[in-house]
Amino acid sequence: MRSMIWKKTGWAAAIAAWTLMGSARPAEELTIEKVGALGRIPIAVEGYSGEAAQVLRFDLEIAGFRYVDRSQAQYLLAGKSVNRVEGALTDLVSGARLFSKAYTGATLRVQAHALADDVVQAVTGRPGIARTRIAFRVTRNGVSEIYVADYDGHNPIQITRDGTVTAAPCWAPGQNKLLYVTYRFGNADILLHDLNTGRRAFVARYSGSNISPAASPDGRRVAMILSKSGSPDLYVANLDGSGLRQLTQTPGVEACPTWSPDGRWIAYSTRLGGRRVLAKVPVSGGVPKRIPTSGVLNPTEADWSPDGRWIAFTSQMGGFEICVVPAGGGEARILVSGEDPVWAPNSRTLIYVRRAGGRRQLSLLDVFTKERKDVARSLGDCSQPTWAR
Amino acid sequence: MKRLTLAGFLAGAVVLMSCSTGCRHPEKGITPIPERAMPRVSEPKPKPPAQPVKPARPQPPKPTPPTPGPGGVAPGQKASGSELKTTPSGVELPSPEMFEGMVMDTNYFKAQTVHFDFDSSFVKYSERPKVEEVAKALKATPEAKLLIDGHCDERGTEEYNRALGERRALSLREHLIKLGISPDRIRTRSWGEDRPADPRHNEEAWAKNRRGEFILLLPPGAKPPSPPAGSAEK
Repeated sequence: MRSMIWKKTGWAAAIAAWTLMGSARPAEELTIEKVGALGRIPIAVEGYSGEAAQVLRFDLEIAGFRYVDRSQAQYLLAGKSVNRVEGALTDLVSGARLFSKAYTGATLRVQAHALADDVVQAVTGRPGIARTRIAFRVTRNGVSEIYVADYDGHNPIQITRDGTVTAAPCWAPGQNKLLYVTYRFGNADILLHDLNTGRRAFVARYSGSNISPAASPDGRRVAMILSKSGSPDLYVANLDGSGLRQLTQTPGVEACPTWSPDGRWIAYSTRLGGRRVLAKVPVSGGVPKRIPTSGVLNPTEADWSPDGRWIAFTSQMGGFEICVVPAGGGEARILVSGEDPVWAPNSRTLIYVRRAGGRRQLSLLDVFTKERKDVARSLGDCSQPTWAR
Repeated sequence: MKRLTLAGFLAGAVVLMSCSTGCRHPEKGITPIPERAMPRVSEPKPKPPAQPVKPARPQPPKPTPPTPGPGGVAPGQKASGSELKTTPSGVELPSPEMFEGMVMDTNYFKAQTVHFDFDSSFVKYSERPKVEEVAKALKATPEAKLLIDGHCDERGTEEYNRALGERRALSLREHLIKLGISPDRIRTRSWGEDRPADPRHNEEAWAKNRRGEFILLLPPGAKPPSPPAGSAEK
């Protein structure tokens, strides 16, 4: 009986998903391999209360699950969260018990995140993101500072006290370090801040503006936009700023660098033939190549997915739209209104900024199911997110 | 009998031990979650950069042949008798030490603020007289230097705007160089969209925010010169 109902809801979900994706755009680009994953995965969650229940719901919904009754569910997560979080996950279709776990240490909140990650891993075969961290910029009365927080915006910690404009934070992968721009010393300078010690060092302090730091995926190098040669150009250096090399040399504006996951290319915003485009240049030096983004205009703020397959970016056509395009270029797909998208380590969730009533708000988007959740609402005007890898 | 009991006890102990060390048997395993250290706030004094601030000659990328820079000076040649070269990007910027200790006067050139069109760093013909006034004042005050701040309206994305603001400041600098001001007297800075002149969200405000501001720099103790032509009454 249960499997009959699942078969019906399963087909309905699949058909709905195909319809929603639209006939104009090939839906197979963004499918994931497991059954039932074209739409949300129905899960019944029983026995949790308080903060742990809220955390589980947030984590599972943004991961692409839909909360349903047991009778409609494909999976059952049952447990409790009184003194510690415990949970058992059952595949209701096959009857198999996938795991049964209890968690200790840290807080109930972190334990609930760990349980959500274990559910995601067991169902999708991929690691969850519930215990990852983000950094971003908070602006109040013209002063902006950098904050670090959990991916859902909880436990925010202010890590700069510069009392001026700080901007463009970027995690150095594999390290507890953040690159960012600060005007604390009279100019737009790029610093590297060690979160373990609080010590920071100048990475770029040249004349003109030193902006838009982007750490390489191996954490050893940094791409930056420097104007010291007379125009904002793309440069690359070691993470400490030594070994500086210039990669573009044009009188126009280069902006917003992002690395390919293999560390061999840097994509960025530029102008070609008077039009704003995305381009990429080999890190070893060479001729830039355009990345076509058909169907949308003025692409900028690009971010290359960790699995290498996609580039997310902002398109400016009146307002701002979050778009994705295959990394080699092609048809761009508009996902949602907003700007400055950044990929999670799972190459599936995006964090981005939406402007609501003159204020900027961070939001998470599951690219596959379009589930959306605002984060860090209480801090004020939040923007320029970066996701720790 | 004793052996059975002993075997039973040993078996039970083994099961208990293997479960408590988190075995993958689908009995309850306990997963300890490590504490995460709090991130530390920045200390006030950063370490100096690993690369010396005085730039080594920048290496141009390999195949592209250089195009003539602005002002018609061929790349690699020195612009107007200074050490700064013209590159395919523009005219090199002077190093920060050349401006150390100078005092900023943000009011002196207030009337000469130049406004730009949307998404553009082109200095409109209608705005060029203001640039000429700045050049005249700088020529009359040889000890003065200049900081140009570039700004954008909120209708661009943040980092793109930070780069565009810089390009606006650099465009104004290029015009001043063409008018005969030495490139080592002028530095640039961009505030992106972070310092609007008018915080409202309409066309009138946006037009005011897309601007370049000239900031007079004087050595400490120097007297400010008389205001340039066209300035408003103090």
